[in-house]
Amino acid sequence: MTSLKSKLLAAIAGSTMLAGAAFADGHAKLSGDLVIFSDMSNPAPRAVMEGMVDRFGEMHPDLNIELTIIDREAYKTQIRNFLTAEAPDVANWYAANRMRPYVDAGLFEDVSDIWEGTLSEELASTKGAMTLDGKQWGVPYTYYQWGVYYRKDIYEELGLSEPNNWEEFKANCQAILDADKKCFTLGSKFLWTAAGWFDYLNMRTNGYDFHAALTNGEVEWTDDRVKATFANWKELLDMDAFIDDHTAYSWQESLPFMTNGDAAAILKGNFAVAPLREAGLDDSKLDFHQFPAINGDVELAEDAPTDTFHIPANAQNKDNARAFLKFVTSAENQTLINAGDALGQLPVNNQSSVDDDKFLQEGFEMLSSNSPGGVAQFFDRDAPAEMAKVAMEGFQEFMVKPDELDRILSKLERARGRIYR
Amino acid sequence: MTYAAVPQTEIKRSYWQRNQQTLAPMLFLAPAVLFFVFYVIYPVFQSFNLSLYEWDGLGTKEYVGLRNYEDLYYEYIDRDAFYTSLKNNVIWLFLYLLAIPAGLFIALFLNQTVTGIRLYKSLFFFPFVISQVVVGLVFTWFYDPAFGFLNVFLGWFGAGPINMLGDERYVTYGVIIAGLWPQTAYCMILYLTGLNAVNPEQIEAGRLDGAKGLRMLWHVVLPQLRPATFIAFVVTIIGALRSFDLISIMTSGGPFGSSRVLAYYMFEVALSEYGFRMGYGAAIAVVLFAIMMVFIAYFLWSMYREEKR
Repeated sequence: MTSLKSKLLAAIAGSTMLAGAAFADGHAKLSGDLVIFSDMSNPAPRAVMEGMVDRFGEMHPDLNIELTIIDREAYKTQIRNFLTAEAPDVANWYAANRMRPYVDAGLFEDVSDIWEGTLSEELASTKGAMTLDGKQWGVPYTYYQWGVYYRKDIYEELGLSEPNNWEEFKANCQAILDADKKCFTLGSKFLWTAAGWFDYLNMRTNGYDFHAALTNGEVEWTDDRVKATFANWKELLDMDAFIDDHTAYSWQESLPFMTNGDAAAILKGNFAVAPLREAGLDDSKLDFHQFPAINGDVELAEDAPTDTFHIPANAQNKDNARAFLKFVTSAENQTLINAGDALGQLPVNNQSSVDDDKFLQEGFEMLSSNSPGGVAQFFDRDAPAEMAKVAMEGFQEFMVKPDELDRILSKLERARGRIYR
Repeated sequence: MTYAAVPQTEIKRSYWQRNQQTLAPMLFLAPAVLFFVFYVIYPVFQSFNLSLYEWDGLGTKEYVGLRNYEDLYYEYIDRDAFYTSLKNNVIWLFLYLLAIPAGLFIALFLNQTVTGIRLYKSLFFFPFVISQVVVGLVFTWFYDPAFGFLNVFLGWFGAGPINMLGDERYVTYGVIIAGLWPQTAYCMILYLTGLNAVNPEQIEAGRLDGAKGLRMLWHVVLPQLRPATFIAFVVTIIGALRSFDLISIMTSGGPFGSSRVLAYYMFEVALSEYGFRMGYGAAIAVVLFAIMMVFIAYFLWSMYREEKR
């Protein structure tokens, strides 16, 4: 129904882009069908997805694009059915080990050819996350940093500054506790939030390479180095650094503790900024700092989960799908969709510009210059799903019953023996 | 002449006409039986079969014999997830039965003629009408450690706060209490209809013989409510064994898996975001089926006995 409009636009675009089309072969006119299944169901991502389809449709007026947006949670189980039965041409998913089951089952198309040439340089920061068995299985479209979001006004009131090492981190926390507040809010009901803490404590204690080996099942969970991570965690637990009853809250339900001033900080991804701002914390009250070093001998590494597009192996229109993937990762589109008024996250293409939002700027700088150790995806994307489930349950249990660490770790070790075969 | 005519008409009657009496009920039953066989009996055997394989739902199935059951056994020995689920199922079975006396009590209380009694009855029945999801949400807020009414209430007496759904010691009981709310309403309705059918002459006779209060209830009223009690027992037992929605809504099996029951554990293992061990899930389903079968067999047997009398 928008064909007339898009034809008009395309005519204009076509006449102005004649020169451009000469060196960008992705702009060759496409025809036929393109079926896209997307999990970008929240309001802002949904608008972004629909906007991308509109713009791609304007570039290729003869292309019949069919977009289906599925609820983000329901998508996680539906993808198994539609990849085998009636596959779309393009589908959303996540990077790293989260794509392993579909790669192993031959359900994702090898798209290494897209990555050849300049794209590999432009998307260098996320290439590792898209690579399994030496090939690339999709393209990223957005990612975001993790770190400590804290109440600037509380820190200023108590005369605290951003910590640069573990000692300062704990000293800050003690000062906050002495002021009768909690250092960190946390809602561990759905488990994964506790995994954020494990990721950072383990990467800071043992480094990125050890963390990657652990999530790949190459290291025993009963290893002394793992225990060292938990010992650091226990220091925080013994201080009573976290809010009480965190097992009863989701992460959203844990935010009021921070907005009320009962807790001073939260370890979270950048997606926490929007709800915190809505709850009344403006930039004078909310700030961000990188998780400080614990072990000076290991390089800093960060969590930066990446969301992706893939081509199912059973897709009908793979050429059109490849063109769409190239379009998604193009510098221009990346700037547009990750802007503050769209996704509000970080562009994956290094030729794009980052929105001048305070947190996005800080996060971009941290990831591009102060994360020499590497970039992890997040525990439940780096580890296989089954291991992630068992381990995250263990993390939550440890936070409640730190003295039972040995029993918990032996349970995880048993699971490791079963899952990685 | 008339003599000869009778056998002639008998010969003319078709097979259908002769056997109509037996065929008609069979034909009426056929669709239901067909669907039951295809959608219930057949999947039961499919589950049995699947529990002998290891399968992630995508790749090829691998035959592993009884290893899934062996794993369950070791999980039981190690007091791991399977043990917790089984234990919670037993707790559910016993505590959920409290809905029957509670329902009876409310039914007796409401079985009187006062103005507006219909309104009170429907208000008491209300929790059964609303969705389990809503019940779960309401109780989640009720239990909330920060602002939930339970802890506000306890605070008035200087007690609490207790973290009902976040503490492994209380969580199962917290969910069961939420479940008892609608289940009690259900039992109440069963008893209210039963009380309508109580024979007033027997009550009269009992009264003449000097029976009152509890004695009247126990010896005269309750025996007449037997059918209602039986149905209440059946639906409550089955309800306890298939408890799933409340756990999913209120705790997602947490904290650290301590409020799981078999049905939820099966879902988690086979169908949730982190699951897809189809064979293992099927093995849990078989165990759950075996437990249910004990009760179902008992119910069928006692119904058969009733019919025979």
